[in-house]
Amino acid sequence: MALVEAEELVKRFGNLVAVDGISFQVQEGECYGFLGPNGAGKTTTMRMICCTARPTAGVLRVFGLDVPRHARAIKRQLGVVHQAVTLDDALTVRENLVVYGRYFDLTWEEARRRADELLTFAELEARADDRVSKLSGGMQRRLMIARALMANPRLLVLDEPTTGLDPQARHALWDRLRQLKRAGVTQILTTHYMEEAEHLCDRVAIVDHGRIVAEGPPRELVERYVGREVVELQVAGDGALAGAVAEQAAGLAEGFEVAGDRVFLHTRDGEELLHRVRALRLPLEAVVLRRATLEDVFLRLTGRRLRE
Amino acid sequence: MMDFSPVGAFRFWQRNLLIFRKTFAFTVPENFLEPVLYLLALGLGLGAYLREIQGLPYVAFVATGLAASAAMFGATFECTYNAYVQFYYDRSYDAIVTTPLSAEDVAVGEVLWGATRSVIYGTAFLLVVALFGVVRSPWALTLPGVFFVSGVVFSAVALAFTALTPSIDLFTYYFSLWITPMFMFSGIFFPLDALPGWVQTAAWFTPLYHVVRATRALAFGSPAVAVPDLVWLAVVAVAFLPLPAVLLRRRLVQ
Repeated sequence: MALVEAEELVKRFGNLVAVDGISFQVQEGECYGFLGPNGAGKTTTMRMICCTARPTAGVLRVFGLDVPRHARAIKRQLGVVHQAVTLDDALTVRENLVVYGRYFDLTWEEARRRADELLTFAELEARADDRVSKLSGGMQRRLMIARALMANPRLLVLDEPTTGLDPQARHALWDRLRQLKRAGVTQILTTHYMEEAEHLCDRVAIVDHGRIVAEGPPRELVERYVGREVVELQVAGDGALAGAVAEQAAGLAEGFEVAGDRVFLHTRDGEELLHRVRALRLPLEAVVLRRATLEDVFLRLTGRRLRE
Repeated sequence: MMDFSPVGAFRFWQRNLLIFRKTFAFTVPENFLEPVLYLLALGLGLGAYLREIQGLPYVAFVATGLAASAAMFGATFECTYNAYVQFYYDRSYDAIVTTPLSAEDVAVGEVLWGATRSVIYGTAFLLVVALFGVVRSPWALTLPGVFFVSGVVFSAVALAFTALTPSIDLFTYYFSLWITPMFMFSGIFFPLDALPGWVQTAAWFTPLYHVVRATRALAFGSPAVAVPDLVWLAVVAVAFLPLPAVLLRRRLVQ
């Protein structure tokens, strides 16, 4: 069953079109990701799902209920991890969880018991009585996730859950999210890290300028739009030659993209292509063979790099 | 479209109570100091020369007025600076409106919490000054209820301003153009009889004037005198309660 269904969903702020007619479905048990640069409409889409932004046009149903008409019933089954840290600074770690549980009508006792479980899950038992301002960024994120799980949500919504975290903290968070997925918690997340999308998501929607430009399982998207491997050419000098280099090398590859002083050649057989590129003796500073990623898909579909 | 649940508002009120229980040791004395200073300076200092006003000892006259203003400041600080910090810096409201609570629940819960602080500050001040013998009637026991109703008025207006203000800096205007003039011209320190008629008319349209009159009347056992003021406060409280709810929804739900 689809927990989230959007049909031709539109959100405008005055003249600005933040979400420009997107359609998608999120199935029970899957992890669905929105991948795109800042300003692509990811957060606005999340806000509509959380009923804190009203759709301008189109249909949005969460758990089969219309947004925003059934906001309260929808939000009761939702766990939300906001992009900004939105913890209550005056309260301790444990109190943040308990108070949040009360918003979902848990009794004090239920809320305390659930808080204890989630403190273990988030590995924050030792910090339970500290004020949240004393926690590191990674701990605050884990607490935000624990908080979102207080009322056993059917759907977990995460808006850029790892932005601003160091690599260790990011991996620790990914572990938690995969653990939740194994436990059957449906997740919908936004990110501008393709690595994150590849790690966590069963399916991703690549969004740009408020539209979905491609959708599917990450590996499948890569296969479909780029192929298996990429030979990355770092052009010597200031990049003025990139166009000329691309022209010469393009014939050897199945597809190519130019971004600044770099040329990306798409291929199914990287070793072979690498040899043939070297044989051309182009003015290159470096040549790298790597696996194709969602970033290449994004570049291919939008003509620009994701991390701007 | 309004979406309000009393239970939701109560949950938010409970949250604020929990935070208050952890912080009141710091916040209460700070809010208390000012009215006590006024009482000492004017009630005792000026009171040494000015023995009686309207048949009351001057210190009693000032103390009852200051109780009303202490209640006002309790509600006003909560729904200006406190609410602003939670709204704009901590982003707590943003988090809460993605739980079953609605923006209206948050607004009403915040106003009711502001009114609760009005009761706490007003009553605590009264208890202190009661030691000086300025509370003369059992009718004073109704004053917490008066501070609650007046607290709704001050909180609703303050929270509406908070929902509209583009910057924390504008609160200084809220205080210098609204709160301080009320503080000076609501009959706390002197009766308004001697002032031009238009000042008295203007004062009638402000809430503090009525809280001061009602507080004084009840503390000294003339409940009948307080009735028109209590009606004024109750009507305005009911009329203004939806205002911050509407404004906060516009800020929290796009």
